[in-house]
This record gives sequence, C-alpha cells and structure tokens, in this order.
Amino acid sequence: MEATIGLVAAAATADDLKAANAAIGAGFAYGLAAIGPGIGIGYVAGKAIEAMARQPEAAGMVRTTMFLGIAFTEALALIGFVVFILLGL
Amino acid sequence: MLGLEFPEINEVIRWVDLWPTFNKIAIIAVAATVIGSSLFIIAGNRDPLQAPRGVRNLVEIIIEFIEGIIMETIGKDGLKWTPMMLSFFIFIYLCNVPGIIPIIYMPATARMAIPLFLAVLVWFIYNGVGFKEQKLGYLTHMLWPPGVPVAMKPLVGLIEFVSNILLRPFALAIRLFANMLAGHMLLVTFAILTEELVSSGNIFGIILGVLPFGMLMFITAFEVLVGFLQAYIFTILACVFIGSSMASHDEPAEAH
Repeated sequence: MEATIGLVAAAATADDLKAANAAIGAGFAYGLAAIGPGIGIGYVAGKAIEAMARQPEAAGMVRTTMFLGIAFTEALALIGFVVFILLGL
Repeated sequence: MLGLEFPEINEVIRWVDLWPTFNKIAIIAVAATVIGSSLFIIAGNRDPLQAPRGVRNLVEIIIEFIEGIIMETIGKDGLKWTPMMLSFFIFIYLCNVPGIIPIIYMPATARMAIPLFLAVLVWFIYNGVGFKEQKLGYLTHMLWPPGVPVAMKPLVGLIEFVSNILLRPFALAIRLFANMLAGHMLLVTFAILTEELVSSGNIFGIILGVLPFGMLMFITAFEVLVGFLQAYIFTILACVFIGSSMASHDEPAEAH
C-alpha cells in the first residue's frame, strides 16, 4: 500500500464520473444518516442523566435502559455507515 | 488539490489466507475461544472453599456482572441462561479487543461472518424459547400485543412480524459489525494521515502531524470503551429478546 499526498490528475472518463458520484453520494449518505440518531442519542442520554440525578438509587436500572435506547437509535446511523462503506470504497 | 490515497477496503480488513478459508480473523476467533475457556477452566479448578483471588476473582466478577444483566432484563427465571450469555460476552469481548492490540490490530467482529452467526444463533434461541414457553400461543403473542383493536390487527401484525423476525437479527448483527468496522476504519485513517504528514519531509507537515496523532491516541482509548460496550449491548439485547419471548406479554415487545 502506497499512500501519497500529491496532485490528483483530472481525467474524467465515464467510470471516473460514476466513482465520483458514488463518493459524493456516500458522503451525503453517512452525513444525513448521522443527523437523526445524533439528536436521538443526545436526547436519550440527556434524559437518562436527568433521571439519574433525580433518583440516584435507580441509576442502575436507568443505565441499562439508556444503553438499550442508545443501541436501537444508533442502529440507524450504523446502517448509514454500512451504506457509506458499500458506496464509497 | 491534495489527495490522500486510502487503501482498498479489502486490504484494510483482509489478510493473506494462511490456509484455504483460514485467515487471521479465524485465528483471532480461535484464540478468543481458547483464552476464554481456559480462563474459566483454570478458575473452575481452584478450591471454591478458599477466598477467591487472581483468576478466580476476575471470573467471579464477570459472572456476577452477567447475572446482574439477566436479573435486570429477564428476571429470576432467566438465570439458567447465564452460561450462554457469559459465552457471548466473553467471546465478543475477546474478539473486539485485538482491534487495539499492537501488531494484531484487527477486531475479529469487524467482518460480517462472526456477528451474523451470533445474531442468527440468538434468533434461533429466542424463537425456540418462545415456542417452548408459550407453545403455539407464541405466534399470536408475537404478532399482536394485548389490547390491539381488531381493525388494527393486520397492520400491527405486519409491523411486529417484520420487527421481530427480520429486523431484530439484522440490527443485532449490523450493530456489532458496523461499530467495530467504524472504529477500525477511524484508526486506519488517522494512522495513514499521521504517517503521511510526518514523512512528508515538510516542517509544517511534521508540526501538523501531531494533531492526527493525538486523535489516534484518543480513538484508541475510545475503542477500549467501545469494545466492552458492544459486547455488553449484544448480551443485554440477547437477554431482552429471550425475556420478551418468555413473558406472556404483560409489556409490549421491544421494537426497533
């Protein structure tokens, strides 16, 4: 594997165009897929912290449920990531 | 325009086959099995009447941790599932950890085969438990939570079927796989960036190279957490699925 920083020559054939569009699509796919789950996870974690601060003795139960909620929310972002890998690389 | 050549995906997550169909992933998985089981065999041979220390202490902590998860999600009936969940947890954790061990640097769960197999195993277990505990009533319980109006039954039944039968194992496998792959790709990206900037021979490059290196250190520390958390989440979700098949449905099933 030879990774190099250098000038990338611009030579656009049909295949290059397709690859470029796929790369752009991949970037958008992951970026858009991350918005919703990002808000969702923030909401879940924030509410869980609120609940724990109010009732520290229930912290264990709240934490379990919080991880469950995060896991379900995160799945959407991760599907976006898989699409990103499939399209982009 | 500056371009950074990223290695092919096949190069990042695959090595030379040592044997036909036996590559580094398989070695890591076998090592995880051997290390995990030998840990428990050694601990099991210690005298149980003495105060636990060393390996046995560690093993007892892990078992209590798993029992805590099961008590929270299934309840007392689920304690017979402790060995199964313990195996899931230990195996997934030991497969995740090589992702940050130098030289090896590959989480075995970053390939789809292992997460998919584990998820399908969980699928068979929770459906089997459902049929065993509730007989044929499992089918109706699975499709319609109690108290659904008759008019809504076709719609709810369809949604619950897709969610319970198709989406659950899929999401379970994808979650573990994509989390580990994402961590692995981040490590690769920042490692390449650091290497390129430092070896560019430019003074600015060397100074700037500190930034991705710091990020690399941070992500490595983060991966320690993620490796544990994904094993924990897989175990807890397997428990929740088994629990929802066991219960005669007082509470609605967990949906996606």
